[in-house]
Amino acid sequence: MTFPLLAVVAAAAPEAPTGVVQWIWLAVALPLAGFLVNGALALRRPQAKTAVSVIGVGVLLGAFVVAAAAFAELRAHPPEAPLIVQLWRWMPVGFLDIRFAFQVDQLSAVMLLVVTGVGSLIHLFSVGYMHADEGYARFFSYLNLFVAFMLVLVLGASLPVLFVGWEGVGLCSYLLIGFWYAVEANSDAGKKAFLVNRIGDFGVLIAMFMLWWSVRSLDFVTIAERAPLRLAAGGTLVTTITLFLFLGCAGKSAQIPLYVWLPDAMAGPTPVSALIHAATMVTAGVYLVARTNFLFSLAPLSSAVVAGVGAVTALFAASIGLRQYDIKKVLAYSTVSQLGYMFLGVGTGAYVAGIFHLVTHAFFKALLFLGAGSVIHAMHHAYHATHSQQDAQDMRNMGGLRRHMPWTFALMLLATFAIAGVPPLSGFFSKDEILSAAFGRGQTQPIWILFWGMGLLAAAMTAFYMMRLIAMTFLGQNRTGEVERQHLHEAPWVMTGPLLVLGVLSLAGGLLNLPALVGGGAALERWLEPVVAVASRQMPLVMPEGPLEWALVSGAVIVALAGLLVGWRLTLARPIPTAEDAPEEVGFGRVLNRKYYVDELYDALIVRPLVGISRWILWKGIDQGVIDGIGANGSAGFLRGLGWLGSRLQSGQLGFYVVVFVLGAVWILRAVAR
Amino acid sequence: MAPWLASMGYDQWILHLLLILPLLGVIPVVLGSAAAARRTALVVTLAELLLSLGLWWAVDTRPGTLQLTASIPWIPAWGISYAVGIDGISLMMVLLTTLLMPLCVLGSWNSITSRERGYYALLLTLLTGVIGVFIATDLFLFYVFWEVMLIPMYFIIGIWGGKNRLYASIKFFVFTMAGSLLMLVAILVFAWTVAGGTGTLSFAYQHLLDNAAVAGRSAPWLFGAFALAFAVKVPVFPFHTWLPDAHVEAPTAGSVLLAGVLLKMGTYGFLRFAVPFFPGVAMSAWVTNLILVLALIGIVYGALVAMVQPDIKKLVAYSSVSHLGFVMLGIWAATVQSLTGAMMVMIGHGFSTGALFFLVGMLYERRHTREISAYGGIARVVPVFSLLFTVVALSSIGLPGLNGFVGEFLVLLGSFKTHPLAAGIAATGVIFAAAYLLWALQRIIFNRLDQRENESLTDLSVRELAVLLPLVAGILWMGLYPAPVLRRIEPAMMRFVQTVRGPIGYMNVALRAPERER
Repeated sequence: MTFPLLAVVAAAAPEAPTGVVQWIWLAVALPLAGFLVNGALALRRPQAKTAVSVIGVGVLLGAFVVAAAAFAELRAHPPEAPLIVQLWRWMPVGFLDIRFAFQVDQLSAVMLLVVTGVGSLIHLFSVGYMHADEGYARFFSYLNLFVAFMLVLVLGASLPVLFVGWEGVGLCSYLLIGFWYAVEANSDAGKKAFLVNRIGDFGVLIAMFMLWWSVRSLDFVTIAERAPLRLAAGGTLVTTITLFLFLGCAGKSAQIPLYVWLPDAMAGPTPVSALIHAATMVTAGVYLVARTNFLFSLAPLSSAVVAGVGAVTALFAASIGLRQYDIKKVLAYSTVSQLGYMFLGVGTGAYVAGIFHLVTHAFFKALLFLGAGSVIHAMHHAYHATHSQQDAQDMRNMGGLRRHMPWTFALMLLATFAIAGVPPLSGFFSKDEILSAAFGRGQTQPIWILFWGMGLLAAAMTAFYMMRLIAMTFLGQNRTGEVERQHLHEAPWVMTGPLLVLGVLSLAGGLLNLPALVGGGAALERWLEPVVAVASRQMPLVMPEGPLEWALVSGAVIVALAGLLVGWRLTLARPIPTAEDAPEEVGFGRVLNRKYYVDELYDALIVRPLVGISRWILWKGIDQGVIDGIGANGSAGFLRGLGWLGSRLQSGQLGFYVVVFVLGAVWILRAVAR
Repeated sequence: MAPWLASMGYDQWILHLLLILPLLGVIPVVLGSAAAARRTALVVTLAELLLSLGLWWAVDTRPGTLQLTASIPWIPAWGISYAVGIDGISLMMVLLTTLLMPLCVLGSWNSITSRERGYYALLLTLLTGVIGVFIATDLFLFYVFWEVMLIPMYFIIGIWGGKNRLYASIKFFVFTMAGSLLMLVAILVFAWTVAGGTGTLSFAYQHLLDNAAVAGRSAPWLFGAFALAFAVKVPVFPFHTWLPDAHVEAPTAGSVLLAGVLLKMGTYGFLRFAVPFFPGVAMSAWVTNLILVLALIGIVYGALVAMVQPDIKKLVAYSSVSHLGFVMLGIWAATVQSLTGAMMVMIGHGFSTGALFFLVGMLYERRHTREISAYGGIARVVPVFSLLFTVVALSSIGLPGLNGFVGEFLVLLGSFKTHPLAAGIAATGVIFAAAYLLWALQRIIFNRLDQRENESLTDLSVRELAVLLPLVAGILWMGLYPAPVLRRIEPAMMRFVQTVRGPIGYMNVALRAPERER
């Protein structure tokens, strides 16, 4: 294998950006500093909660200001090419020249705002939620570190720098899932998340190697320039590269077959579920596909796989969500399902729609999780007051909470309508855009009609399980207990305040990308246009228009409303027994409740055999049995026997044997060598 | 070279001083009181470290050839001389050694309570031996230093080791002695063969390298003998079983040096001698395939076996087998990225595994057990220990931003060009590494604090922090800004590629981008 020397074409050196953008590293440095200070406090002054709060939330607000300023500058002076902020040379070896550099363009600016904006709200919420926890300082240091890595992920100008953030957020996710590490199930869940993600990261690594040797660069800008020249469209190479990349995305964004870690990740504190496992980190896979749209649009097969896996995951996870009782588990499967929508979008080539849904989902899912956090907070408080051992997260123990927590109820209901796709809430616009795009592609590639159908069915299920959640939690009779009921109350303002802001965003998020159908200007579409320009040429979208568009939209709305209605009526049709009194699940409900037994399957097919083989065959068998038993000790025994024989004949001096050995070996080697 | 160093004539005396200083240090250690031995050893090793730091600026690594060379005839009749020199490869190994050594002395501060004088004297002798191995440019001298290093380690394990120390030290001795005797034979035969072809009997490295082609048909046998000696040292599967035993029984400092430095003498031997001498044999299809298969077995098998170890030290020992597999892969892939990466793994492993052994030792000093099941939940009582343990474990897992990643990434990226399948299999090692270390981490510092003995554990002392923090700083520095290290290694690796692949192959895999500023 050789490559032409022409590979050494120097990439046109981008000029260093000026203005606010050159300070973009501050957005990373601030949370990082917060991590260091809060980490030191966690070790030395864990009780200094006020300082921790001020620093923990303050650095996030600071990062948000930096992000907003950069965004404003980008709006004022839209750059033709991404702005690259060079920081230092990271790994220069031979041709390879990986620099630690950040890339500011329209896509990273959107992500920056989401991460720091939603991040700030969730940090604020955590001040209330975690206040009584003895690991308060540790919690904020991890949370700050997470944001720093997340910003490296979205700002990285090359795959390796992105990978620093990519694995870094994985680390923080691991630490925060297992935050209450004294419970083994929690640290198990953290470990599982890290390991499953590592399987995905393996894919990202391989994709990087293949890209490097075929394109000779790992910088996004340079890859985008060279990919159409070096990689044959639809060829095996680009298809393999993108499939390996997608393996990574499936790990990080919890898609089939690597979704299993996300539901377990709910073991972490609820703000973590909102920030990491709903709004930001889990969307990184979607972001990566959008970021490398110039590769995926070259590989129609991979794009179909992305869309297909997304559609199947959306449906599969939604069906599990139908039969969960833990309020956070419902939301977790809902997240897996909604991420499936995003992949359906970007796989269809509707990159903007995918990102749009990513943004609106960040709003309403963060709201749902924080609302659930409020509920759990209240439930926990109530059970704590009476020393009850009941499960504070089981919806069967709730009911009628709207009377005790009206704000939380109203806001969660709003978010439920948003995720179900009720117009004119944010989720309606973003979900509809994805489904329309899938349908549009179905005109030329019929398989997409199937994907669209799965998406629509999943939408019905979404409406159902979300309304079921609302009904079981907030409506009907309360099942918490006579005494406990007295202790149920609304959360403090530091918690409901962020909820309110997220409520406004969930309500009005659709304005970001209002379609022409209702007289909007598709702002996000135009904003991201430069980022996806190449892809939209290579893989043009055909959106349904006119009466067909109206028909699709009405269909989706009817499905959503029907799902909500059925979910509401069916849930409250019969009295709900508490978790203690609930009968065993039977039939298909049991299969759904037990999540299709996928965890059990993985455990029996992969985990147990691997540990067993390692212990009994590799270690006890080969290492101790064969190599040591027969090889080393066996030959030692043989030598001992020989030595005994020798001692009968000779003096038995070790030195003598060494000399004989050396001379003999020299003699043999010389004889052979001749 | 910096003028202030040049003005001292630093380049004239430094290598010789590095060799002789530890030996001179043995005298006050032995003559002084037992209590003073550790202080004297610390002063000597710190002086050695400070002196060696100048090499960073004094050695011009850009040509990729040996620098600061000196040669004095030793036994002229047999063509043996005292000859030393240093290039980017040796520079890094020497600095790694001089850095680890004072930490080892500090780490042994309270744990070695008997025969201190003998212990520290052996440690200093070992230092001379190791430095000698890395800078000797005469093969006979190299062999002498190789043995000088071997014997102190044998005694350190055998005298200050754990319960099973006798078995372990003899196993260590037999394995490595068999290897090194084989190497002696190979050196002698090689020198004589070359002498037969050129008419000059000399053990000088450059002479042998230039005329290695004379070996002709005996090259496979000579390579085999060298390779076997080095493979035992690395250790390459299936010669690795001495390692877990030696590690478990060795005192902490012994384990640190064993993993941090001694194993690398094997890979160093491949890089410096075995492969460049006989590139035709080493890079032949079947030798390459054999080594790659063994390296991959090492990576995956080492990781899987590490996963099920009940003893922390054994776990770390098997993880070394896995890590060193990456180095072997990097060497045989023979691209400049894979080789530079291999070197980074060697350095990085010295830091992270060294630190892991120190950490395990600190636990052992408190609880006198290394069973993983004896711990659990200790993050609550020893937060600083747990923090450092986590950072070091993450570096060993290869988390980007820490040093382990740089080496593994470069090895895999570089290998992907020449051996995509092997690189792909090796990359699964990153999954298994996470499996064994995170599982261990969970069972040691997380979960419930359910054993009473652990409730009264004390967190790290200032002395222990002084041992660990330099290593953690290095882990961060080489993860975030490895460029200065890479820059110093790269030229020597370019030369290696040129030697083993010839000019055409060199163009294909190693050419430097011309526009890149240094």
